[in-house]
Amino acid sequence: MAVDNELKIELGKQGVFVTTIEELYNWGRRSSVWPMQFGLACCAIEMIATTMARYDLARFGAEVFRPSPRQADLMIISGTVTKKMAPQVVRLYNQMAEPRYVIAMGACAISGGPFKQGYNVLKGIDRYIPVDVHIPGCPPRPEALIQAFMTLQKKIDEQPLTGADRPRHLDAEAQGEFPVPEPGEHDLEPTSNPGVWTVPVVIR
Amino acid sequence: MSLLDTKPEHIEGWNRPPVIEPDGEGELLEVAMGPHHPSTHGVFRMDVALDGERVVRLKPVFGYLHRNHEKIAEGTTYLASMPYTDRLDYFCSLSNNWAYALAVEKLVGQEVPERAQYIRVILAELTRIQNHASTIGFLLQEMGASGTPLMYAFREREKILDLFESLTGSRMMCNYMRFGGCRVDVSGPWLAATRKVVAGLPAFVDEFEALLSSNEILMARCQGVGVLKPALAVNASISGPMLRASGVNYDIRKVDHYGIYDRFKFRVPLGDHGDIYDRYMVRVLEMRESIGILNQALKEIPGGPIMDPKAKLRGFRPKAGEAYGRIEAPKGELGFYLISDGSPNPYRYRVRPPSLINLTVLEDMCLGQNVADVVLIFGSVDIVLGEVDR
Repeated sequence: MAVDNELKIELGKQGVFVTTIEELYNWGRRSSVWPMQFGLACCAIEMIATTMARYDLARFGAEVFRPSPRQADLMIISGTVTKKMAPQVVRLYNQMAEPRYVIAMGACAISGGPFKQGYNVLKGIDRYIPVDVHIPGCPPRPEALIQAFMTLQKKIDEQPLTGADRPRHLDAEAQGEFPVPEPGEHDLEPTSNPGVWTVPVVIR
Repeated sequence: MSLLDTKPEHIEGWNRPPVIEPDGEGELLEVAMGPHHPSTHGVFRMDVALDGERVVRLKPVFGYLHRNHEKIAEGTTYLASMPYTDRLDYFCSLSNNWAYALAVEKLVGQEVPERAQYIRVILAELTRIQNHASTIGFLLQEMGASGTPLMYAFREREKILDLFESLTGSRMMCNYMRFGGCRVDVSGPWLAATRKVVAGLPAFVDEFEALLSSNEILMARCQGVGVLKPALAVNASISGPMLRASGVNYDIRKVDHYGIYDRFKFRVPLGDHGDIYDRYMVRVLEMRESIGILNQALKEIPGGPIMDPKAKLRGFRPKAGEAYGRIEAPKGELGFYLISDGSPNPYRYRVRPPSLINLTVLEDMCLGQNVADVVLIFGSVDIVLGEVDR
């Protein structure tokens, strides 16, 4: 139950701070999202540029890039995921602790991008792991990554703690491990994880 | 005795395995460093066998970023591969553009107007400065100077990227050069802005050097570590700053006389020991020489067209033949080898990546060193995985 905003402001003027557990909890979660230090290709350089002085991702509480997936909350898929790399990406995602979020940065991570016709390029990481925010661009500008970050923060802010939309770490039924694809005869096996990605129906 | 005349069997370290024998106490520990490793500049794996802290074997594993660059280029027209070359070495997209344009120009015998040549030199040298600054920043990051040197490097890099963006429309993937010239002309204000940025660069290099060059930790960890002997460097066809740090005077700008580099006065910095410190120092000195070239080019740039009027833009079909164009990219000799069969797309398109070939001596440099130094030696090679795996 949210507090009436006008009442909250009025009480604030009287020196009384009113909030809900949900707001406080989500405020804490969204203000210290630690990304994983994990660069794949060209977009990783723009990711590094975002953390540097000019764009300063630290303003959003996300300057601590953790090399270990165990300590990270956010995975930024920054670059082309090849079929040789996809199993390791899924494995790294599995090793992250809940609550965990994924930003697919750049055209390659979304769909294969300019290299889509290549035989070794995965056509979007959202086939294997759930992606929260997609950013287009080749590579996206640092501002775009900051925009994606703010979108993610908004998403965290709006998550109710109970009910069907509750975050996955509060849902005992939620899928924790995602199957790691194996190199098959022609493609990765399976070609996508069921439940994460549905094969689009082509209407002719 | 010239280095090039030596036969492999007389070269120290050439007949490699039997490399370093473990001292027999305890077992070897095999460590897979990568593909997710904070130091590996991307996705690259080193399978290292350790005897205590010492490296006994090292096997590089590539292919985590193989994006089918060559195959895609063989299926598209010549011009359509130009944006793909940006994504080879994504730090230096303009150098890659130039190497590819040079190869195609050789293939069709295309002339490049004076002004376009100057623009190319200016952009290539700006690229070299930002690449070397970032490389040194990353090297220091791996040494444990978490963030600070990299922030200094990226502060300067952003200024150069602003120039790229205002000229080409993109910060990193510039897609700027064309066969027979450049895509858009530089304006007076752009040249003025470039002069201003270049005027500030010597102060940046001075500041960088004051912080780093005589730093005790940097000297302790870099001097005498990861030594590459000149004979091995020549035989393994190492190129770029890594070769020059080993003391071999070979710079394609001087050797191959491509572009208009003959008109500029610059020196080729050489190392003496071939260790990490020399590689660092050669890069710093190259930045200074690049600033000199930029000052000369910005002073002399003439007016005129930026595209050869005879250049064929549509229906581009080179005659059957082959050509190899190479430039001194910031990382070494970057070459494109093209075979044309008279059709709109190349029959064979091959990239000679400096990153991959410079990596081939990684094991030779790392053997007998501590495992913590492997990360530094790897960083001093200066590779980009987009170019290694293509």
